[in-house]
Amino acid sequence: MTGARDSAAAVAATFGPAVVGQVESCGDVIVSVAADRSHEILAWLRDTTGQEFNYLTDVTAVDYRDPGQPLEVVYQLRSLRRRVDLRLKVPLDKTDSLEVDSVFDLWKGADWLEREVFDMFGVRFRGHPDLRRILMWDTYAEGYPLRKDFPLRGHFSRSEQTRQALAANPESHYSLEELSIAEAYDDLPADMRERLQAGERGEVR
Amino acid sequence: MGLTPSRQTGEGPEDQAVLDGMSPNFITTRLDFLANWARANSLWPMPFGTACCAIEFMASAASRFDLSRFGMERMSFSPRQADVLICAGRLPFKLAPVIRRIWDQMPQPKWAISMGACASSGGIFDTYAMVQGIDTIIPVDVYVPGCPPRPEGLIYGIMLLQKKIKGESFTDPTLRQEFEVGPDGLFVRPEHIDEISEPFGNSIHQTRSA
Repeated sequence: MTGARDSAAAVAATFGPAVVGQVESCGDVIVSVAADRSHEILAWLRDTTGQEFNYLTDVTAVDYRDPGQPLEVVYQLRSLRRRVDLRLKVPLDKTDSLEVDSVFDLWKGADWLEREVFDMFGVRFRGHPDLRRILMWDTYAEGYPLRKDFPLRGHFSRSEQTRQALAANPESHYSLEELSIAEAYDDLPADMRERLQAGERGEVR
Repeated sequence: MGLTPSRQTGEGPEDQAVLDGMSPNFITTRLDFLANWARANSLWPMPFGTACCAIEFMASAASRFDLSRFGMERMSFSPRQADVLICAGRLPFKLAPVIRRIWDQMPQPKWAISMGACASSGGIFDTYAMVQGIDTIIPVDVYVPGCPPRPEGLIYGIMLLQKKIKGESFTDPTLRQEFEVGPDGLFVRPEHIDEISEPFGNSIHQTRSA
């Protein structure tokens, strides 16, 4: 834990006002940083000699019941060489647009992790190459299930949920490359169709 | 069993003479009986295993419980050569169009077994993601309760299905009709789905809005 404390102190010393809080809980060191500088700080933690957090264990988010409390995006970092864990939290104001920079360019493993946070909480990651739902289907219309204001059984009635689920094309869950050869093109949301037509990834038949 | 001759061959010279007189052999039986007997004893299951029930299903198919005693040793991983769909486990809404498509691909005659509490009713998963009983998606013949059901339970369910098949009749035209799907894609009416999806048991204490 000393290693994590040292890293937290180094982040505070280097980025000063961008660090909005630091706590220790259950043996974990947790640093909260401002959203507009989170990418910079995460890059610094990955690339600086002596920090070397080269492994992104998880990206997730926490929504609190209190509407005034911010939604937190959580990055769990690990330095494989130093054997140190550090947790970084980015509080996002719920009244504002929930946006934070993607760390896909730093850790390729962030791809699906950020897609899951987007799917469940509606946090948008700027610069993510393929930000769309991953657990729910692409045309899922009820919102973001892990938000605290989301009812446990969903917004719609069971019959409406059943109808919408049966109307979904089972092939529309695939990656863009796979979709280009599947027959689900017409069931995609308009923005995905545009991206496919622009030849962003894969080819539309 | 109606298919075995009442006397065995080779019991004595007079038996042999009787049999020679009968040759070539024939039997008389009802067509219903013969077809149902053949169908019930060679069901080919399409395993649709999504959760822990599938583990019990595998145990049922393995050596100790041995589904092949019922003519079910041939697991059909293609729905086009399957007779009975066994949904073993919970069904999320994302899989609803998949099981519907698999069911549509199965040729008649076909039956469905809903294995376990989740497939039959949603079980403990009374959430936004879970189908509250696969009978809102496809027609079901036998429900096997349990969480998960032990292999004995599944085998009892299969024997119930065999009993049902043996009671079917060729002359009943409704038996082989595909179920009608409305323009909304549902084969049971929306109000019926809402009614059978009402919370029950412990989950009535959960509020709809958090």
